[in-house]
Amino acid sequence: MGNFKKLIIEPLRKANPITILVLGICSCLAVTAKLKPAIVMGISVMVVTAFSNLIISLLRKGIPSRIRIIVQLVVVAALVILVDQFLKAFVYDVSKQLSVFVGLIITNCIVMGRLEAYAMSHKPWESFLDGIGNGLGYSLILIIVAFFRELLGSGTLLGYQVIPQSFYELGYRNNGLMILPPMALIIVGVIIWIQRTRHPELQENNKK
Amino acid sequence: MSNKNSTGYIFIYAAILIVIVAALLSVAAVVLAPYQQRNKDNEKMCNILNAAAIPNVSNDNAQALFDKHCTQMLLLDGNGNILDDSGKAFNTNLKQELYNKEQGNGYSLPLFVINNGAQNINVIPLQGNGLWGAIWGYIAIADDCNTVVGANFDHASETPGLGAEITTEKFQHQFQGKTIMKNGQFVSIKVQKGGIITLPETDREHAVDAISGGSITSKGVDEMINKVLSCYLPYFEKQHKEE
Repeated sequence: MGNFKKLIIEPLRKANPITILVLGICSCLAVTAKLKPAIVMGISVMVVTAFSNLIISLLRKGIPSRIRIIVQLVVVAALVILVDQFLKAFVYDVSKQLSVFVGLIITNCIVMGRLEAYAMSHKPWESFLDGIGNGLGYSLILIIVAFFRELLGSGTLLGYQVIPQSFYELGYRNNGLMILPPMALIIVGVIIWIQRTRHPELQENNKK
Repeated sequence: MSNKNSTGYIFIYAAILIVIVAALLSVAAVVLAPYQQRNKDNEKMCNILNAAAIPNVSNDNAQALFDKHCTQMLLLDGNGNILDDSGKAFNTNLKQELYNKEQGNGYSLPLFVINNGAQNINVIPLQGNGLWGAIWGYIAIADDCNTVVGANFDHASETPGLGAEITTEKFQHQFQGKTIMKNGQFVSIKVQKGGIITLPETDREHAVDAISGGSITSKGVDEMINKVLSCYLPYFEKQHKEE
């Protein structure tokens, strides 16, 4: 049970794939202008990392080490295509917004990183949890970033207006800058800053 | 099997893996195809209804509203004669038909007649080229065969913030109420670089503002409307004579 907790919780905090390992930044910039695509993207990445970890871990004893990266890529690509097909069939409008970024999960460093670093050398169940944990860690950051970007950039959350009309009448304006990709990077930077302040051991100078 | 890195093992391993993955993906593609097709059809109906300025269209009620308002789906030949009205038009690929026309082969043009309660609106699909890839859309012409009721556009890969602005309400809204005929001559709708303010006042009702920074996409929209609408002119002339 301790293992379970460690695998799921750690990636949310001190082993977060985005803020600590700084992987998967590209899609983080692209899909976080609105909350809904960010949530769908987070779930998609979680499904892909969890199942590719599980499958690779099941196969790990049989994979010839000389073609292991190719095997990993085939598994990841197959899963991503499946996810893409499902999104197109059931959440068409979101899949249009995510467009190429679903396909680009294949090249998301988090997925390959976890396969090489974890699934190739651990048992299936633990690998699966590791995948879920890292997917959650990724989703968490995406959702935080998308929350602020949608709130300040469009005045809505999940498409519903949350900033009262009276604010606009008093002269409040949506911040158009929030919609642009660079703001995602700045928000991620702020998150990293807060995280490092709270956990001094994460700062390079304090590492012993 | 004893040596995991022998060439034979690697080949067999890779072959089996690929066959399994391929089978899995084919099954998924076949099973999900009807759902995906329905989404695409829904989107198409939404776009047609939106162009004809039917209010409150959403993905959920697209089918019902389309059935209610769309009175005819026609296929026309180059002389404006009706070839087919059985609904084949819905799945006709305009790009292919325009290509057939260029090649001098037989072709047929789809046209959707939407009744909004007051009049029959002709919704015409558009197909053209932007800066990076294809652009397409729908333009709705009122029953006087002159006034534009509405238009919408979409694109494959125009630059976000520049060319991709053709999908915005702001750009598309400009088309409402513009006219395509001037003194009985077809002039299309010009997408004017620098804005319609640069045109003589008499030409302004046949033009809209281009997108700054998206000149080539704007030009693509201009050419697309001109090229496609001119194919439908024989049909419009026929409609006029009948009235």
